[in-house]
Amino acid sequence: MGRYILRRLVQMIPLLLGISIIIFLVIQAAPGGPETVFLGQGRFVDPEIMEKYRQRLGLDQPIYVQYLRWIGAALRGDFGYSYTAARPVSQMILERLPATLELMAVGFVLAAIIALPLGIYSAIRQYSIFDYLGTSFSFLGIAMPVFWFGLILQLIFAVRLGWLPTSGRITVGNTGFGDQVAHLILPAVVLSLRYIAGWSRYMRASFLGVINTDYVRTARSKGLSEQRVALVHALKNAAIPVVSIMALDLAGLFSGAVITETIFAWPGIGRLFIQAMFDRDYPLLMGILMLGSLMVVFFNLIADIIYGILDPRITYD
Amino acid sequence: MTNSRLQRKQQKALPTKERTQSSIIWRKFRRHKAAMVSAAVLLILTTMVFLAPWIAPYDFDEIDLPNRQEPPSLQHPLGTDDLGRDLYTRILYGGRISITIGLFAALASTLLGTFLGALAGFYGGAIDNAIMRFTDMAISVPSLPLLIVLSSYSSAAIPIMILIIALLSWMSTARVVRGAVHSIKQQEFVNAAASIGGRNGYIILRHIIPNVMGPVIVGATLGVGGAIIIESSLSFLGLGISPPTPTWGNMLQDSQATMASKPWLTIFPGLAILITVLCINFLGEGLHDALDPTLSNRG
Repeated sequence: MGRYILRRLVQMIPLLLGISIIIFLVIQAAPGGPETVFLGQGRFVDPEIMEKYRQRLGLDQPIYVQYLRWIGAALRGDFGYSYTAARPVSQMILERLPATLELMAVGFVLAAIIALPLGIYSAIRQYSIFDYLGTSFSFLGIAMPVFWFGLILQLIFAVRLGWLPTSGRITVGNTGFGDQVAHLILPAVVLSLRYIAGWSRYMRASFLGVINTDYVRTARSKGLSEQRVALVHALKNAAIPVVSIMALDLAGLFSGAVITETIFAWPGIGRLFIQAMFDRDYPLLMGILMLGSLMVVFFNLIADIIYGILDPRITYD
Repeated sequence: MTNSRLQRKQQKALPTKERTQSSIIWRKFRRHKAAMVSAAVLLILTTMVFLAPWIAPYDFDEIDLPNRQEPPSLQHPLGTDDLGRDLYTRILYGGRISITIGLFAALASTLLGTFLGALAGFYGGAIDNAIMRFTDMAISVPSLPLLIVLSSYSSAAIPIMILIIALLSWMSTARVVRGAVHSIKQQEFVNAAASIGGRNGYIILRHIIPNVMGPVIVGATLGVGGAIIIESSLSFLGLGISPPTPTWGNMLQDSQATMASKPWLTIFPGLAILITVLCINFLGEGLHDALDPTLSNRG
């Protein structure tokens, strides 16, 4: 197992380098090049001054030199300076990271504690009304545009009923725990919806897949209670594919957070990203894209490792 | 059982009509009620949307300031927006663009994914390695943020939106097709085709692709819904097709500010997206059941 993880970690290196090239090229493709943003924002700038700035920023070098400089610094955790804030990108990202991680973690846990029991119960009571309602709900959840769902929840619970705050992470001047929780509810629900929908369907399908196997029948014929059969014997195997899908989806939560944070003015990385996009703050955009890719690659590895731990049929060597 | 009854029963069991591949698929599809209803709804919706210039009660940019921000009424079944433009009309016109982008983006990404996947699966070796490693990279960059960056580069026109969405959503098709082609390639009928002198391109198009069409069609169907959601998300962020041309996404773009007093401006365009994508997903589910030969062939 240890050797497997080590091998995977080594394999991640070329993958991440390839990703960094893609990201770098995408940013280079910006119309007019990054320096026009840094300097002129459309205004006329003396070509001589422009040239000086280009030299200072290293933008007069060939593109591969620029890339090597960027990736070399990035490997040491230095993603350059933000064009607009004139502060280190890594510092700005680290500042915003806790808010995003908090939202992702709460959304993830919320999705798990709703989706898994929902899926299991739907499978046990297959073709019952509950099952139909659950299936309809998951179809709705998968088809729902995230940003619209957020708007509708805001409309109902914040604007009409006034139960929850519309946006933000805390009320200024209020540092109470209850206030923080109230701010978290709507964004977390919005972020978790599609995972509740997806995971409950996976859980249901996976559970139905094991419920008619011989070993479950054996457990039943030993006279075990239905509850014990379902929750101990069947669940153990049914959970394996679901858990690894959940780990894979953790990375997708990052993309979801971009939209969710924008709607709810949540001060995390997603919102920083949108702001950087409008400011055309390219070093910041590159840093955030790299962080997002790193998360995807990392959670893919976690998913594979979990799969190997849970399923003894899989051997790594 | 008497002899004559037995005979009659045997006769009955004989196929009266030839059961072609497509008739079997149609039979199986018809049994999926949700998919049938969804197909009907989509047909009606698409027809209405593409006939918008003829059936819409107003022009999509017909400004009527005295009647602006009207709630739904008989004159304006879904109300009017902040310039007095009829919301029902704008949803019809907006649907034209949203659905067009969805269809063509899914088509383009399916073609690209099938092409790359077939290439990788058929030739194997270095080509396979190169294509699949590239797929791994493309799938590891969070696609929504990358889409946001790419679409911020230009004031988006419809073909550009289609291209950008397609460029970032071909990966799963490529993986599925590669796997399927890889396993089909080793079967006898492919060897047979090669042994009578079939060229590679011919074998791929004629013998291999038809056998992987099932999952590809299902993926493409779901891709239409996915692309509609992506388009609307980008438009919502102000990066899609820009006003005054309506799309379902850009109609929602400004609605957040006026949501409290004019909720209909938020509710109806989103509902249009939800219903369309929901029906597309049901359709995909029905097609999946109908096209999967491992599920019962009897209908």
